[in-house]
Amino acid sequence: MEGVVCETEVEIKNADGLHMRPAMQFVDVANQFDCDVTVSSGEINVDGKSIMQMSMLAATCGTKLKIKAEGADAQKTIDALRELVEEKMFDEPPPKQEGKKRKLKNKNAQCKT
Amino acid sequence: MEIKKGIAVSPGISIAKSLIIDSEDYRIPRRSIKPSQRMIEVQRARNAFRAAADELTRLEADQKIEQQKIKDIFAVHLRFLRDRSLRKKITDLIHSESVTAEYAVSVTLREIASNFTRVKDAYISERAADIYDIERRLLRQLLGSKREDVEHLTEEVTIVARELSPTQTAGFNKKFVKGLATDAGGRTSHTAIVARSLGIPAVVALEDLTEIIRGGDIVIIDGNRGIVIVNPDEGTIRQYEEYSREFLEFEHRLDTIREKPAVTRDGTKITLWGNIEFPDEAEIVLQRGGEGIGLYRTEFLYLNRPSEPTEAEHYEAYAETVDVFKHRPVIIRTVDLGADKYTQSRRFAPEPNPFLGLRSIRFCLQNLMMFKTQLRAILRASVLGDIRIMFPLITNIQELMQAKMILRDVMEDLDEESINYNKDIEIGIMVETPSAALMASTLARDVNFFSIGTNDLTQYTLAVDRGNELVSTLYSSVDPAVLRLIRTVIQDAYKAQIDLSVCGEMASEPEYVMLLLGMGVRTISLAPPMIPEVKQIIRSVTMTDCNNLARKILGMNSERQIASFLRNATRKILPEAF
Repeated sequence: MEGVVCETEVEIKNADGLHMRPAMQFVDVANQFDCDVTVSSGEINVDGKSIMQMSMLAATCGTKLKIKAEGADAQKTIDALRELVEEKMFDEPPPKQEGKKRKLKNKNAQCKT
Repeated sequence: MEIKKGIAVSPGISIAKSLIIDSEDYRIPRRSIKPSQRMIEVQRARNAFRAAADELTRLEADQKIEQQKIKDIFAVHLRFLRDRSLRKKITDLIHSESVTAEYAVSVTLREIASNFTRVKDAYISERAADIYDIERRLLRQLLGSKREDVEHLTEEVTIVARELSPTQTAGFNKKFVKGLATDAGGRTSHTAIVARSLGIPAVVALEDLTEIIRGGDIVIIDGNRGIVIVNPDEGTIRQYEEYSREFLEFEHRLDTIREKPAVTRDGTKITLWGNIEFPDEAEIVLQRGGEGIGLYRTEFLYLNRPSEPTEAEHYEAYAETVDVFKHRPVIIRTVDLGADKYTQSRRFAPEPNPFLGLRSIRFCLQNLMMFKTQLRAILRASVLGDIRIMFPLITNIQELMQAKMILRDVMEDLDEESINYNKDIEIGIMVETPSAALMASTLARDVNFFSIGTNDLTQYTLAVDRGNELVSTLYSSVDPAVLRLIRTVIQDAYKAQIDLSVCGEMASEPEYVMLLLGMGVRTISLAPPMIPEVKQIIRSVTMTDCNNLARKILGMNSERQIASFLRNATRKILPEAF
């Protein structure tokens, strides 16, 4: 089953974005699998198993990430990562409904709800 | 071959391989290494990652840390340390650019951190702090292992650093450390003091030496002329070997006057004492002809160790020293921590203005348990010889009264326990602040002696940080303002008929000796290696000459005029030393 490639797009939904702890959860999940994981945000492609590279994506809430897995367990990897990002939201809360929340200074980081 | 000019702070010549010590407190300079060294540096980086990860694993598992947030931080840092692509980036840099592990670690992590600071989201940009934390953790490992190397040297080296702290120098093995050279510092910086007490050549204020030199390069330290030569050619090495021989002969000639008294040509006896930091230096003072210890710094007991010293440890250090001198005076200065020297409990909480902060006697008066432990040990040792107590950095009469009261408390405790001590132990103070100098006539009524600490007195009078190379040229103990204060202290000591000595670095400068004698000083305490040279000067002059010189100088208003006048006057008497 070598050479299986799976791709998906996920959106960061938790309010604080992909900061250090979520990045850690992401690489921890990715490292449970044998396949290679590449994550892209716009032009940037990084290794989904490296916390250094993942944290450098600096993905804020609302950012869309492309995840590509290559290897025998690619589909399982993709499923697990999507669950972590979109359903569990890294065990963190989504942004509050009311307009002025937290210290979000970046307009681009505004979340669609 | 590259020649650098700095400030000569300790005489002598050394020719040896360099060993560079970086510090996590400063930016790590870019320094290239020989290609053959690359695998060693890669291995060092790997070891540092492993040790740092082990350290974090221990922290993460620590039961005492309950907050989940802190545990999360450790967990994140651990992931970074185990990140293969991060490690690869660093080892690739060592290979491709031939740089030290320290530089590769520092530059790589700082680049990552700067990526974070560019992100507009505050929550993410603040994560740069995590990266700096990881950088420091790795550097601590790398530099810590280097420090251990320094303590276990097997070949002769010259230590090169940006600046050396007391903690670093405490581990120096005298057998192998042949010379010191630092980018920062001045005549009275810690590096200078350590070099003089070890009797090895040192040059400071070399600005960018740590960036020019590579570990293992041959380096010549000329501690007489303030010159450092990196990778000297054959001819230069031969020339310096010859020069070194001549200098040793000169030193040897000085040694022959060891047994002769320090008396001026017209018969005035001068007492020469030694300043020491460690008990084993007492022997050096004796060898060099010193007649006692005028300043026994006791900070070494506190530095480079995980916990504060016990009373027994204090006692042993004092007993060992006094045993060398039998019934000649040993003046123990109570602990002078703070500012550039920190205790175990405080070194992580730096003050914004440490030299004006909680240091020295102030620190002791707020940490009575620690202070009393030391006083008890000094008192107990006082039956073994002529031990005297000196309180540092006194600025007013209340501090002196308080310190004396605590001493009396300790004496009462000893009385109750029927422990012997010298009930008439002499008590004195360091006069090293302008306020103490101005109030000398008052303070003199409550002490047996004054010792003028010219380093701090100069720095506080002139408002110049002696360790800051940007202003170190303003630092001069013969500034007319400083000289006027010194004269006041000498006169007040005479009027009150108490003993007076000078123990600052000024007393170790051959060119200042005549001036001090002319101003009325009869007891000088100085760095042990300088004792023969200063004695030679004393034996070559008359008090009449000294008095005339002092009178002329006290009439001068500019430091530059005074300094050049003194240099000329001394050069006539002892040309070899200049």
